Amino acid sequence: MILIPCPNCGPRNSSEFTYEGENKERPNAATVTKAQWRNYLYLKNNPLGWTTETWYHSSGCKKFLVAERHTMTNEIRSTKALGQQGGAS
Amino acid sequence: MSGAQGSSRGAQRLGEVVDRNRTITFTFNGKKYKGLEGDTIISALTANGVKIVSRSWKYHRRRGVMSGNYHDPNCHFQVNDEPNVRGAHRRLEEGMVVSTQNVSPSLKFDIGAVNQKLSRFLTAGFYYKTFIKPERLWPTYEKVLQRFAGGGKVAATGHHVPADKRYAHPDVLVAGGGPSGMSAALSAADAGSNVLLVEEEYELGGFLRWGTADELAVAQSLREKVAAHPKITTLTNAVVAGRYDQNWVSVIERGLPVVMESLIKVRTATLVAAPGLIERPYVFEGNDLPGVMLSTAVLRLVNLYAVKPGERAVVFTGNDSGIAAAEALRGIGVDVVQVVDARHGGGLVRATSSRGVLSGVELSDGSKVLCDLLVVAAGWTAPTTLLNLSGNHPVFDEAGARFVPGPDLDDTVFATGGLVGDGTIDEILAHGAAVGRQASERATNGSVTTVAPAFSPDPHLPLFFGTTKGIVDFSEDVSSKDLLTAAHEGYNSVELLKRYTTATMGPAQGKLETINTVAVLASANGESIEETGTTVWRPPYVPITLGALAGRSYEPVRYSPMQAWHESHGGINIVAGQWMRPEHYGDAAKEVSTVRSGVGIIDVTPLGKFELKGTDVTKLLNLVYVNKWSKLEVGAVRYGVMCGEDGVIFDDGVTGHLSEDRYFMSTTSSGAAGVYAHLESWLQTGFPEWDVTITNVTSAYASINIAGPQSRELLSKLVSDVDLSNEAFPYMNLRTGTIAGVPGCHMWRIGFTGELSFEIHVPAGFGAYVWETLMEHGADFGITPFGLEAQRIMRLEKGHFIVGQDTDGVTQGFSAGIDWLIKLDKDDFIGKPELQWQHDSGAGFRLVGIHPNDPKQVPTEASQIVIDGIIQGRITSSRFSPTLNRSICLGLVVPALAVAGTVVPIRLPNGTIIQGTVMEHHASYDHEGAKLRG
Ligand SMILES: [Zn+2]
Repeated sequence: MILIPCPNCGPRNSSEFTYEGENKERPNAATVTKAQWRNYLYLKNNPLGWTTETWYHSSGCKKFLVAERHTMTNEIRSTKALGQQGGAS
Repeated sequence: MSGAQGSSRGAQRLGEVVDRNRTITFTFNGKKYKGLEGDTIISALTANGVKIVSRSWKYHRRRGVMSGNYHDPNCHFQVNDEPNVRGAHRRLEEGMVVSTQNVSPSLKFDIGAVNQKLSRFLTAGFYYKTFIKPERLWPTYEKVLQRFAGGGKVAATGHHVPADKRYAHPDVLVAGGGPSGMSAALSAADAGSNVLLVEEEYELGGFLRWGTADELAVAQSLREKVAAHPKITTLTNAVVAGRYDQNWVSVIERGLPVVMESLIKVRTATLVAAPGLIERPYVFEGNDLPGVMLSTAVLRLVNLYAVKPGERAVVFTGNDSGIAAAEALRGIGVDVVQVVDARHGGGLVRATSSRGVLSGVELSDGSKVLCDLLVVAAGWTAPTTLLNLSGNHPVFDEAGARFVPGPDLDDTVFATGGLVGDGTIDEILAHGAAVGRQASERATNGSVTTVAPAFSPDPHLPLFFGTTKGIVDFSEDVSSKDLLTAAHEGYNSVELLKRYTTATMGPAQGKLETINTVAVLASANGESIEETGTTVWRPPYVPITLGALAGRSYEPVRYSPMQAWHESHGGINIVAGQWMRPEHYGDAAKEVSTVRSGVGIIDVTPLGKFELKGTDVTKLLNLVYVNKWSKLEVGAVRYGVMCGEDGVIFDDGVTGHLSEDRYFMSTTSSGAAGVYAHLESWLQTGFPEWDVTITNVTSAYASINIAGPQSRELLSKLVSDVDLSNEAFPYMNLRTGTIAGVPGCHMWRIGFTGELSFEIHVPAGFGAYVWETLMEHGADFGITPFGLEAQRIMRLEKGHFIVGQDTDGVTQGFSAGIDWLIKLDKDDFIGKPELQWQHDSGAGFRLVGIHPNDPKQVPTEASQIVIDGIIQGRITSSRFSPTLNRSICLGLVVPALAVAGTVVPIRLPNGTIIQGTVMEHHASYDHEGAKLRG
């Protein structure tokens, strides 16, 4: 079980988190084609190497965080909290 | 040979662990025996002259002690109601009832031994080749095979106690409490680290325990230092079963009171692997006869338990362990008739038997020697499991004839002891100490400065197999002949060979047989062992009980504040999501008719409830719901449906506008956590600039739905500060006021049942009080409490769908009959593109009301609608409606069938087909909603 350094809570077991998947840009809903939208929904790059992904600290602070993780070694080289609510950044 | 109790116990040994003053009585296969305190089951049986202790798994060959440790494949017993007890490890207890597994009807005469005669038909891949066709016979094959396969019996009663798990967070975990492990633990602890030292045996010391007087003294001194060290925690009779990412390590503790084993989840900064070495069997004809033992088995039996394993011994050895065993045997009075030393050209051809046990050996010089004990010391296997699990690739040391750690060891994992090399005691301790210091350095400041002294295996002859064929895998009864046959058939890579022959896949998990398997395959392929490679060692290191893995369940159960009232008033519980709630109070149909004619109350506390506050709440609502929210006035509530980005419905509920920037959202009971995460996800990752704060108030409020034509009359008895009249408080509105003296209660005019109803949310602490007050004041109206089942019937009469019941993981918005709700003219919302495409294509099932033509037939939910062999729909909900006195359903059907008046064939689970008619409306009761609005 890997450890994920939560920016709010410190290193915690990955079982406390929900994996949200690779970060992908949501296409513009007004102009998107079916192929582009389904690529956004279902196709992952799943690289061998560094990937940027979102985790949700569901059994902890309930914050979403972005991690850079190496998919082979599971090394996490950075995590950052996502935007705070209420307009602060 | 057998029977004479205690006849094989010799004179006192220096390192013996038995207490001669304490006799223990036990039975083996129904016969009474005596042993001593400190004995293992096997040492006690050997002391009683018992040589045949089991039958092998496939051929049911007679088997005796072989490796004499936990891993001994021949020493698995049923003990009382516990199966698969390792008899060479488990200590004897007073009154133990020990029996052989895998024999029928008795150890002496075993029907399964017929397999032995059939062995040429039971060759490699036998099961794959034989029990394949016809498929319908699989259940029969399974029964036959189960009777012949080994394994004990799990008692239907007893031992059903959850094995609690626990956690540990040491700086350094040392796996193995031999000299190198103890030395590593001491130096790491001296350097300031908290150390967890885990030893598989009952006592620290490793191989020193059955060694010379000097070795025993070293062991004792180390044990004392470890015990006295405040920074070392020692676990004996415990084993490191696996190592996972970032040194997440599983440790199994055994021999606890009540439970057999329990799991410790350890997160350690560094791990030191010091498992020592495992003695390897040698492959030759007769190598599995009772009486053929490894040198370490003999050393344990003689030096720890003062037991004579035979009377006349031949020793075949390639190292000093065989010499030590010969010395120990002589010391206890066994006649060692010949020591055959491979280092001086000696060779072993085969062992011969008489009446199923060893009677002599044939040597390579042609001589035959009579004996009842053959000691084999052919070399060592390095149990590299923990290294494999750390991503390391051990390399074969040709000169030492065993694997050693590869250069790619994780920098938080260290190895010492026999895993790395051989040496004098001083050299072993020095290496262990250096590695312990390294582990401490890495754990504390990250960088390692200590240099470990050079340490490598001594040269050893490559003794794997002789000139005759014999058993390679004792657990699975796989012989070298089987392996050669399989290699011949093309299964000539080690991973293929393993799966085809099941070699290395038994309880010993390769610890005794992997290297010999590889060696035999290498010879068949004309390759070196390095070229052939080894199988990957996977967790667990030793088999562990499922109970230890399962542990205690930590599924929380939630109760509403009114649950105690329900239980004391006949409420029958049902688990709904995480909640325990009443399904009914005795008669759901009567509850329905009372609500429809008078009034009833239901506890709906499990509904998800969120307070949303901020200036941008409507933006969020417009994003996550398929309908529009900008014009929802203060005091009004609205129904909404949420879809995912795939257009699939994932929750529904009602949200009300409390005051300018405050909203109150309700969700389904089981969807609450998912909706919360969904909302937070969009707020945190998509629109952090929005001013919205979400507070989960699910448990802050107790929720009650008051339903029925008399609900207004009832509520008005308890409310004075809110005008409940239809004009002042119409349908789909909310008011906040005081109920029965409790201020701050939300009242909503909504209802799932189709009747005039008020859903009230009262501060949770007053829930039970308000509930009881309602019951009290409702007595005049003949009030009834009603449960989930009555609500389900009424909502089905009213045609309301339940997300997850009438929809599934592919049901998109337009399939649920909410076309009126989905506003494709909104700029954007979650799932809009998919819903637009579904709207344009008309694809997907449609939810419809269905009435079975026979009003008494209630088709089972999930009954399929099959036409021309193709599934065209299914029943998603069905009940007998007490209001309509007929069966009613909701179902998903293909669009072509979703036309009122269409008759559809419904296939019941028993194959019967009944007819149903598609209705114009989902609702079978008051589809215009006149009652709701009254
Ligand atoms: Zn956190």
